[in-house]
Amino acid sequence: MKDIVFKEIDGGKPFYLLLGFIGFFVLAALGSAWYMEHNGHWVTGMNNQIVWGTPHVFAVFLIVAASGALNVASISSVFQKTAYKPLARLSGLLAIALLAGGLAILVLDLGRPDRLIVAMTYYNFKSIFAWNIILYIGFMAVVAIYLWMMMERKMNKFTRVAGFSAFIWRLILTTGTGSIFGFLVARQAYDTAILAPMFIIMSFAFGLAIFILVLLGIYKWSDRPLGDSILFRLKNLLGVFIGAVLYFVLTYHLTNLYITENHGVEQFILMDGGVYTKLFWIVQILLGSLLPLALLYHPSTGKSRGWIGIASLLVIIGGLAQMYVIIIGGQAYPMEMFPGKEVVSSFADGITGSYTPSLPEIILGMGGIAVALAATFVGVRVLRFLPSTLADDAVDPHYPAREAEASA
Amino acid sequence: MSEESNIDIYRRRFMSGTATAAAGLAVAPGVMLTEVARAKPADQAVSSDIRWGMLIDTNKCNEGCNDCVTACNEEHNLEGFGRPATDAQWIRKVTLKDKQTGNIQTLPMLCQHCEHPPCVDVCPTGASFKREDGIVLVDKHICIGCRYCMMACPYKARSFVHEKLQDQMPYSPRGKGTVESCTFCVHRVDEDILPACVVACKEENHNAITFGDMNDPDSEISQQLKQHSSRQVRADLELNTGVRYRGI
Ligand code: SF4
Ligand code: SF4
Repeated sequence: MKDIVFKEIDGGKPFYLLLGFIGFFVLAALGSAWYMEHNGHWVTGMNNQIVWGTPHVFAVFLIVAASGALNVASISSVFQKTAYKPLARLSGLLAIALLAGGLAILVLDLGRPDRLIVAMTYYNFKSIFAWNIILYIGFMAVVAIYLWMMMERKMNKFTRVAGFSAFIWRLILTTGTGSIFGFLVARQAYDTAILAPMFIIMSFAFGLAIFILVLLGIYKWSDRPLGDSILFRLKNLLGVFIGAVLYFVLTYHLTNLYITENHGVEQFILMDGGVYTKLFWIVQILLGSLLPLALLYHPSTGKSRGWIGIASLLVIIGGLAQMYVIIIGGQAYPMEMFPGKEVVSSFADGITGSYTPSLPEIILGMGGIAVALAATFVGVRVLRFLPSTLADDAVDPHYPAREAEASA
Repeated sequence: MSEESNIDIYRRRFMSGTATAAAGLAVAPGVMLTEVARAKPADQAVSSDIRWGMLIDTNKCNEGCNDCVTACNEEHNLEGFGRPATDAQWIRKVTLKDKQTGNIQTLPMLCQHCEHPPCVDVCPTGASFKREDGIVLVDKHICIGCRYCMMACPYKARSFVHEKLQDQMPYSPRGKGTVESCTFCVHRVDEDILPACVVACKEENHNAITFGDMNDPDSEISQQLKQHSSRQVRADLELNTGVRYRGI
């Protein structure tokens, strides 16, 4: 393998046009946040029954994906797989960018975003939410140091230690994010220990899907060679992760079905939950898991860049649907306060909580994605994150051997 | 003075029960003072010797009656905007129908002032807090409006203020973008006056709600709890609620 040369991508008009396009989404999101804040949250679909809505779907998705995006770097530094080394920097950058996007949404959706300082200075250490704030900020710092170790030649010898710290940190971070829901014992859908490990596996799949898309996009757009060898490794890995998520989803529902008091919520999600049931079966399972699996492993689509891109996009859409079902579906299912009784009240007791996403919420959510993309693109423009070539012979240590095999 | 130190003072006062007393005196001195039969000076800190609690006898709770709810709305000026999904409800009447027998009961549902309140545990800033005397409150000055407490409360007792408010009661501060719930009428209790809902129920001669100190063995509520069987809603969560129900 030759020495890898990292280079900034070219600027120029197309770059700024793209940045402007993304910036437009960021501005729109800021406008939405202002609109929600100015009028109060009644202008959104959220209410006193469904208190976390579409912004939280996007935010939690991005935060979970952020830790997953670091996978590629972890595989290279922690597990010493040299083939992934050229991609480690992008992986770290993407992790920070996605986390920033997710946090931006969370903060802008607060009832009092102006009290961010309060949130940073008043800590209730019993609160898993407060711990998460610390974990998020720490994650950015740890990954930033890790990037520095990788990018500064003199510091290279510390890369492995830094990579290892980042790896451990990300596992704790995703466990923490999953636990935000796991701690809500009052709500049937969340009252299970499997949520935290399930979030870790989900992060692997979502983060990698985003990574592949960004990689395909930037390399195509900046006209740099991207070899099949590295891409196929990534897409095979994505397939494994999708399978693992499916396995966890299955286990989650089976354990819930085993616990009698959770039968109600299972029936709700799996059978008669209306939009949540449809999202679960059609978008999350069919479009977001089974179809991409087929696309990635099919002998012809599995070799096509276009289809690999589409499969990654489907994983992202399926992931958003999964978050929607967990976060909003989990709240929509009425809380069981009086077992054996039909309950009626003026406060929607005993009935499915109603929620329709509003435009400002969706724009705010997309704005988070825009923030992540903008940060990534600016990053690769000003610093040396990307190898000037990822062609097979440049990066694959086994390439000559394989080539020989193939032609034999 | 910086915002932080203001918050500290507010918090200290609120936790010791003097902020509300002072505010109450300033607003409507006549009204409040005539009803006061003061048991402790206003500057005396609340103590854990007391645990305020409420016992609701569902057999006495009248199906069509909504007086406790109305009284609460008036006391705290919870007048809504005609938008039931987002308007605040600190107390609500809940009707239960037994799926097997068809038996119908009604009862008021409100913050249960848990001894181990999940809302307090999850609150990232500590805005949700429990006073020494068991009353669970939200400090509106440090609530950031994340709504995690609403996710955690097993009784859906909390409301988020979804729009701009006008004409607030000075003894019951509220604010757009923050979360709120029943305060057990802390501003009255600190003055030794019964909560508004309890008074309203008594005035109708229903007497379904008994309020008092559950730590004092001689109080009416303790006597009643001793004599009759009562239940905590979702007792399985072991929150040791301050609101108990008879007849469910
Ligand atoms: S009932 Fe809900 S709001 Fe009230 S103390 Fe318990 S958890 Fe908190
Ligand atoms: S909404 Fe306010 S009181 Fe509730 S958890 Fe968040 S900061 Fe605490």
